[in-house]
Amino acid sequence: MSDRQKTVLLHGGLLALLLGLQFVLPAYHHGNLARIMVLAVYAMGYNIMFGYTGLLSLGHALFFAAGMYGMGMSVQLLGATPAPAMIGGLIAGAVVAAALGALALRTADVAFMIVTLMFAQAGYLAVLYFGSVTRGDEGFVIQQAQRMMMGIDLSDATNRYFAAFILFALCLIAVLWLVQSPFGKVLVAIRENEERARMLGYDVFRHKLIAVILSGTMSAAAGAAYGLLFGYVGATFASVQYSIFPLLWVLLGGAGTALGPFIGTLFMFYLIDLSSNVTSAYMLIAGVALVVLTLFAPQGLIGEVRSRIWRWLP
Amino acid sequence: MEIGPYILLASLEGAVTAAVLALTAVGLSLVFGVMRVVNVAHGEFFMLGAVLAWWVAQSVGGHPAVGFAAALVIAPLLVAAIAVVADMTVLKRIEYDPERTIVATIGILYIIQQVTLMTYGPDARPVEPPFNTRLAIPWFEFVDGKFQMYWPWGLSTTSYKLSVIAAAGVVLVGVWLMMARTKIGLLMRATQLDRETALAFGIPVERIYAIVFGMGAGLAALAAVLIVPIQQAHYLMGGDPLLLSFIVVIIGGLGSLPGTVLAAILIGLSDGIISVFFSPTLAKILATLLVALVLVFRPQGLFGVKTR
Amino acid sequence: MTSKTKTSNTTTNTTTRRGALKTLGLGAGAAATLPLWARYSSAQSAEPIKIGFQVHRTGIGAAYGRWYDRTSTAAAKVINDMGGINGRPVQIIAEDDGTDPKRGAEVVEKFATQHNCDIAFGTLFSHVVIGSAPRAGELKIPYFVVSEGHHVASGMLNRYTLQPGITDVKSQVQAMAPFVSSNLGKKVTMIFPDFAFGHDHRDYFTAAIEAQGGEVLAHIAIPPTETSFTKYFPKIPRQTEVIYHVMVGPAVLTFVKELGEFFGPNRPEMFGFIDSLEAVDIASPGLEFLEGSYFWEGMPRYAQADQTPYDKFYREHVGVDENGASVSDPKDISTFAHMFGCWETLFTVKQGMEAAGYQGVADRAKLIEAVEAMTDIPISNEHPQGTKLFNGKTHQVFGPQYISKVNEGKLILQHTTSIEDTLYPDEVDYTTQPL
Repeated sequence: MSDRQKTVLLHGGLLALLLGLQFVLPAYHHGNLARIMVLAVYAMGYNIMFGYTGLLSLGHALFFAAGMYGMGMSVQLLGATPAPAMIGGLIAGAVVAAALGALALRTADVAFMIVTLMFAQAGYLAVLYFGSVTRGDEGFVIQQAQRMMMGIDLSDATNRYFAAFILFALCLIAVLWLVQSPFGKVLVAIRENEERARMLGYDVFRHKLIAVILSGTMSAAAGAAYGLLFGYVGATFASVQYSIFPLLWVLLGGAGTALGPFIGTLFMFYLIDLSSNVTSAYMLIAGVALVVLTLFAPQGLIGEVRSRIWRWLP
Repeated sequence: MEIGPYILLASLEGAVTAAVLALTAVGLSLVFGVMRVVNVAHGEFFMLGAVLAWWVAQSVGGHPAVGFAAALVIAPLLVAAIAVVADMTVLKRIEYDPERTIVATIGILYIIQQVTLMTYGPDARPVEPPFNTRLAIPWFEFVDGKFQMYWPWGLSTTSYKLSVIAAAGVVLVGVWLMMARTKIGLLMRATQLDRETALAFGIPVERIYAIVFGMGAGLAALAAVLIVPIQQAHYLMGGDPLLLSFIVVIIGGLGSLPGTVLAAILIGLSDGIISVFFSPTLAKILATLLVALVLVFRPQGLFGVKTR
Repeated sequence: MTSKTKTSNTTTNTTTRRGALKTLGLGAGAAATLPLWARYSSAQSAEPIKIGFQVHRTGIGAAYGRWYDRTSTAAAKVINDMGGINGRPVQIIAEDDGTDPKRGAEVVEKFATQHNCDIAFGTLFSHVVIGSAPRAGELKIPYFVVSEGHHVASGMLNRYTLQPGITDVKSQVQAMAPFVSSNLGKKVTMIFPDFAFGHDHRDYFTAAIEAQGGEVLAHIAIPPTETSFTKYFPKIPRQTEVIYHVMVGPAVLTFVKELGEFFGPNRPEMFGFIDSLEAVDIASPGLEFLEGSYFWEGMPRYAQADQTPYDKFYREHVGVDENGASVSDPKDISTFAHMFGCWETLFTVKQGMEAAGYQGVADRAKLIEAVEAMTDIPISNEHPQGTKLFNGKTHQVFGPQYISKVNEGKLILQHTTSIEDTLYPDEVDYTTQPL
């Protein structure tokens, strides 16, 4: 079997499994998985920049929130239905990402981290500052009636699961396609050695900028979907914490792998959910897990699998 | 309040912020400069300093000054010891790889924060200042072509706040003297310049790293002990100092101590003074954007030297 | 622990059951560790009524959460000692929401679909409530909140979300205006946190004081996460007669102390919401200047000279002394002005379930209707904060508000508003929504 076939088989198998789980999972885990798939899209978006292009951003909550508020504001102010609202979210994410990329990509390394962090912080404060429209930290509810898409009620558990699944599947396929494409290969080349990529004649800045826009738009898609599927838009999702999360998920799952973001999100979600049954200081367990993983599985779960067993993993 | 006295008051407040920030950021800058790693748990070392200060002051009892003096010595030392342990058990083992260090220190951040929550609890607790007199400040105005002194409403500071500024200054001079004049400072600078050569010359780089990491954490803790009589010890208080020190270290030029101190003064003062002219949240937004734009157009920092 | 609880489920001997129930009431935290995968096929008579308790154990709401936890545990114990609800014991299943709306929503899902709770209950911070309520509505699990936000009565939430145990910020704030304008002054400067809770104060109080012939000279909004405040105080206009302040979060003590240092010996009149000092000792060093200033209180923290027997009963069972501190640690100050809401809500749930003849999750809609049908709630051991009026259409309760003055480091009650002062026209009719 060629590597390509194996890739199709593995990722197709995961999608088939997720589709099948819809019919067997108990209600609680069914709901969780829908949530995890949406968040995994966020992590996949993050991974395009961090895992494949080598750009460590600490401000991705800005994109997630841009999508969420782009969607939410379209619903709230323009009375948009879910489909156009979702597009509103994507446009907001792409525009914010293009603006941020154009400025922040003038810097590199730690300065890039800080610049993204600062812009995200300004974005968070702006949501609070314009509280008369955004309702600030308190946020607002997307009512059930506003979540009807062409007769489909997105607040229904089954519909929500399918919506999350479709989004997840589209993004996973897009990422797989991206990393196999010549464009994706240039991104990896930039990650490995920016100088060499430049000397080979590639326009590094342009490639990076497109990576930022793709990453930002995918993160925004997750934000918009999250608001739409779970009915709430709030400033918390723009805070620093939500910039750190995708970094953690991706690192846990394996940076620069297509499956890593999903596995990382899944792992972290259940780690917190199960440990909160044991102690209120459940983040302690998350902290210990992070330290242990960096000590013993530095490439993340899927990254370790790739370096030890399946070398063909994309 | 008229604009003159207001700016003076905002500057005084900004100077206290700057003093504490300078200490915290110099700690982070030392670690970054010598070890080339980003310590995300730096803010938690700050928080630990404040919490331990409360604990020491509480256990000692007696006059507030006694407990505070004890805290000033014990808390930074304890925090430094904890940091050294973290360095030897975790950071050393991942060989100070920049990215893995970020994740590991995020893990350490959660561990410290949650252990504090489990033991110290979720409350904000005060430490009594050793002395605290309100000092009203006079202002001058021209009346009929003559200088006249008066006491504007609300224009004041406290003796404790002034002493925080002084104490931070003394400590910073001490750090500078240590780096410039002592053997350990020389070894640190050698390691910072070139780790490989330092190793080749028989400098115990690993021990230097442990000392630097401990010192960085100790400075953050010291800053926290100084501020805790003004603010309170709380298990989530580490977030802001971390963000601000990051900004300061970058603006000051990575690893440059004088740059870090200058940047701390700049950021501390501008935080105070910008709030004079804009509504508070807008001021925060503008200050944040300003920092970002400085970095975009001067990535080496305001006081850094361009390396490439 | 586990085996004992199982005994309580099967035994019919009441005395044994009581003993086991005491163990049950010991801690919501312990209850959370029980294996909850087990699914019961049908409701048996002695099977506990499960109340999912969403609590701020971590995050910025943790100081409130700890006392919400203690109060709820105490109320559940009293209910069980009274023989439970419809002859069934009450079991509190606590989950931490991290004071985060995302985790809050997840916790509500967990109550509904994993723990199979009968209802969800709890939590203070508005963003957590607003983030969780849509999920409660979709899962059709009654969600009783103790948040004092205006989000319930404003119509933003849904038919399954109710606030029967604590008044909302809109009625609290507007009821203060007559007292402030007639006793303290008409020129007010407001200082409040720059987020939705602060904006509610800004909007409702400004309108209310103008209706009284007063005016607000300046609005000073403090950014969230701010830790030093002096630099904002010069924005207070010189001719200010009254400072109206409200602040929340871990930095409240710094805020009040710096306010005192700013003014020095000649401060204007001050009126604050006790939120600025909730869980903080009024006798803390640096707060001496508060002597003679006024505070809104949801329920008087210090036992007053004319203490009601209900207040006494409540303090005794929750474990709060006459100064509003924990009986086991006088330095551990409670969030007395808010936590009574948990106590009263649980008793309202009990009354609602009894009126509805509640048997199991199939009767959730009947429970909602039974609570909606409530109107007058007289002062009693179950409702120690005062006589209240529940509005079934807006799902919001209305009740007395207390204004206290700091006297020798203690809060002494000066004025109690009438319920009429707190009423405003309905903004929603939830009963028109389907169940």
